[in-house]
Amino acid sequence: METIVVKNSFVEKLNTDFEVRSLDSVCINTSVLKHPWWYNIKYMVAGLLFGIVLVKTEVISWFRIQEMFRFQSFHMYGVIGSAVLTAMMSVWLIKKFRIKTIYGEPIQLYKIRFSKGQVYGGLLFGFGWAMTGACPGPLFALIGSGTTVIIVTLLSAIAGTWVYGFFREKLPH
Amino acid sequence: MIEWIKNPWPWYIGGPLIGLSVPLLLIFGNKRLGVSSSLRHICAICFPGNIQFFKYDWKREMWNLFFVFGIAAGAFLAVTLLSNHQPINVNPKLVSELKDYGINDYSKLAPPDIFNWSSLFTVKGFVLMVVGGFLIGFGTRYAGGCTSGHSIMGLSNLQWPSLVATICFMIGGIVMANFILPSILRI
Repeated sequence: METIVVKNSFVEKLNTDFEVRSLDSVCINTSVLKHPWWYNIKYMVAGLLFGIVLVKTEVISWFRIQEMFRFQSFHMYGVIGSAVLTAMMSVWLIKKFRIKTIYGEPIQLYKIRFSKGQVYGGLLFGFGWAMTGACPGPLFALIGSGTTVIIVTLLSAIAGTWVYGFFREKLPH
Repeated sequence: MIEWIKNPWPWYIGGPLIGLSVPLLLIFGNKRLGVSSSLRHICAICFPGNIQFFKYDWKREMWNLFFVFGIAAGAFLAVTLLSNHQPINVNPKLVSELKDYGINDYSKLAPPDIFNWSSLFTVKGFVLMVVGGFLIGFGTRYAGGCTSGHSIMGLSNLQWPSLVATICFMIGGIVMANFILPSILRI
């Protein structure tokens, strides 16, 4: 009896993990290593550098986002385009040379499954991006940069995420 | 050198640096760049309710919250130590358009004329900050990622669904900025 219970909870856990991994393009943590919490500090340092670059290239600026969507400046296209190219070359190199993590784990990359959410959700996020001049990363950066009222926008974005989770089964995917 | 750093950085410096965050996170520990997931983790930690979507082992994803905290801290450092506080230099066409809506202050990254605490209680401010924020959270999770997760991470790994998502982000933004936002800004 006890084994069955354990087995069931194991299956449920696997399924939940499957959901986290397959439907999201992002934040897929394929590491199986368990580390103390302070190992996460290196990700804070990575975020710190990321935040500095977001501010210094002005990609978190509402004005730059308006320019981009009105095709009045090349700046944002240059930033996103060169970021994608650099990331693409890095991923290609990682795959080609089978580069491992600093802990010696093989780096794994996952396929993203298509869902209608990428269309509907994508359009809705596009609206929000143009309105607030921010995507999720810049929300955090804007708060740090001193526009404190964006805390409200962040809370609203958390609420939006929650509402999506609540209605998820009823939405077309 | 320090003067150069204090000026805004050109796209060909900033873009590649943003792109390098992808291999950095992979090499640090098999983590895939993504920011919008942090919103999901916050839901999972604070108010999972009885929703299956928020029931997972969020402790494994804590790195993502360290990452976004770092983003806010990095932005703080950039503004306080690495900035010369010049107004943002935008296309004159945009300047003249925004003037019609009463937006004249370019001293901060977000226009202080709209994004301030008192305007939160006006219709315009509420729609832009609260409704806009809601759409970010709902839309990114529905799409399964945001600009970082789809447009940078997904595209770098040649995932065509990420390209679909990116095109839809752009269409949504173009429609909003050119056809809907002007009416909101006139309120």
